Amino acid sequence: MILTPKARRKNWGLAALFLFPSLFIFGVFTFYPFFENFRLAMFQTPPYPGLPSKYIGFSQYASILSSSEFMQSLLSTLFFVLLVVPTGLLLGLALAVAAHKALRGMAIFRVIFSSTVVTSVAVGALIFGTLMNPIVGFLPWLGINPNPPLLQSPTWALPSIAAMAIWQFLGLSFIVMLAGLQSLPDDVLEASRVDGAGAWTTFWRVTVPMLSPTIFFGLVVGTIYAFQTFGQIDILIGSQNASQLHVNVLLYYIYQSIQGTNPDPGQAAVLSIVLFVIILIFTLLQLRFVERRVHYAGK
Amino acid sequence: MPASSAPPQLASPAPKVTHHLLNYRLRLIARYLILTVGSLIVIIPIYLAIVNSLLVPSQLAHQPPPFFPTNPQWHTYPDAWSSGHLGVYIRNSLIQTIIIVSLQIVTSVLAAFAFAFLEFPFKRTLFVIFLSTLMIPFEVTVTQNLSTISSLGWMNTFQGLTVPFLATGFGVFLLRQAFLSLPPELREAALLDGYGNVRFLTRVVLPLSRPVIAALAVFSFLGSWNQYLWPLLVSGNDNKIRTVQIGLKQLAATQLDQINVSLAGTVIAFLPLIILLIIFQKQLVRSLTAGSVK
Repeated sequence: MILTPKARRKNWGLAALFLFPSLFIFGVFTFYPFFENFRLAMFQTPPYPGLPSKYIGFSQYASILSSSEFMQSLLSTLFFVLLVVPTGLLLGLALAVAAHKALRGMAIFRVIFSSTVVTSVAVGALIFGTLMNPIVGFLPWLGINPNPPLLQSPTWALPSIAAMAIWQFLGLSFIVMLAGLQSLPDDVLEASRVDGAGAWTTFWRVTVPMLSPTIFFGLVVGTIYAFQTFGQIDILIGSQNASQLHVNVLLYYIYQSIQGTNPDPGQAAVLSIVLFVIILIFTLLQLRFVERRVHYAGK
Repeated sequence: MPASSAPPQLASPAPKVTHHLLNYRLRLIARYLILTVGSLIVIIPIYLAIVNSLLVPSQLAHQPPPFFPTNPQWHTYPDAWSSGHLGVYIRNSLIQTIIIVSLQIVTSVLAAFAFAFLEFPFKRTLFVIFLSTLMIPFEVTVTQNLSTISSLGWMNTFQGLTVPFLATGFGVFLLRQAFLSLPPELREAALLDGYGNVRFLTRVVLPLSRPVIAALAVFSFLGSWNQYLWPLLVSGNDNKIRTVQIGLKQLAATQLDQINVSLAGTVIAFLPLIILLIIFQKQLVRSLTAGSVK
């Protein structure tokens, strides 16, 4: 397109005007706080509010990252992610494969399987909190009646929260997998069947490799989702018990550092950086893996 | 499946057909079995929440648990609405969500239009900067944002609740893709007709991009309605701007002996979104899977 110099300059002004609102919000509420974390992480929060905070540089990282509380929080977080993401994705894939064919009643099944995507963490927490409540008769009727109750047990609290998160992630996982399946060219699957491959072989040798971009997209989305889990813990466990029940995942640990009577911005900043770096590593690893797999699959 | 992998010409036609038919039937049954089990996993918790919301509290501990409300306590719903303040919280959530959705669309449309149709210096760099916001989860910036909001005096206000979310890298990315896929002849025809950029945006681009804007709207509606961490931090102990999600936490905490009422509140908070899902399923799927399928 050929534009006169005058029109071009007019374009610059308009572009600046159009970009400004987004850039302003990003500057103030994304980039500034992001970089401010790195500055704050160098300062030790004073023992009493009102005193000036002290510059201690990188030793703050060392003292927090080597604390047993941090290690425990990190392990809980990773364990939680491992419980939620693979299970959620496998269930989503299984349901998507089952609901993929245009058969009778499939529209209803699809709405049902997608439905948990619209549930909020608070809704999920209240529904499952009631089911897991030891007074309510449902679990005891099934013969599940541990003492201490599920959500008060250091062994079972985290897996119980994970079960809720899987249920809630299932909707998104199903939607992503179904969209992936529907984007596959039918002729390739048909060709494999004509070649005499059974359903099981076709699924593992043809469908899954071709679906690998979708599966890894699901992995990235699911990992980020799992790292952001917060509401269920806040509603069902609460600050006093989170650490003792081994459910103080990183985000909850950050929340505890800024709330309460003695907020610790320095610690919160270090933990925020750690959370960012872990999510970044997971995302990049998965993206790298996608590229390799996609090439491997010959696409 | 060994049967279907046998060379077809070796088998005589008649038994092969019945065998395949049987195989097909079995597979169909297996499929519906998986579908039914999956549906039960999803539905039972929701169904029990609805049943439990209608029970007399003493029935809750009963074994076996009642799977049908024999003596439905419909009053739990008005109770949750008024004495649980859910009516107020839903109004607050609606205000918050409408502000975020409408302004996110405005900022995204403008920025996406600039990236798709305008020429300006540092275009690539700026686009990378926009994309990089997708790599910074909000949770990572939450500590500092809280002190920004508090030094602006915006705690317990709708500004504080919404302003940090008025721009979205995802929205810009989604809309830019859609704008770029419009036929380039449109742009030339509009220029020939003497349309300026603004008229091209409002008369040509926006009407043609309605489906993708709807997808962004549904996505951002869901995201803001279901926000938890930020409203919890900003609304503090004040009722004034408390949203449904935080209201549910309150409902769970203050009325432990009234599980039925808190579950009624849960159903009230959940139902509008199920209706939304059924109406806008296509748009929702489109936005959720943006980037997953090439």
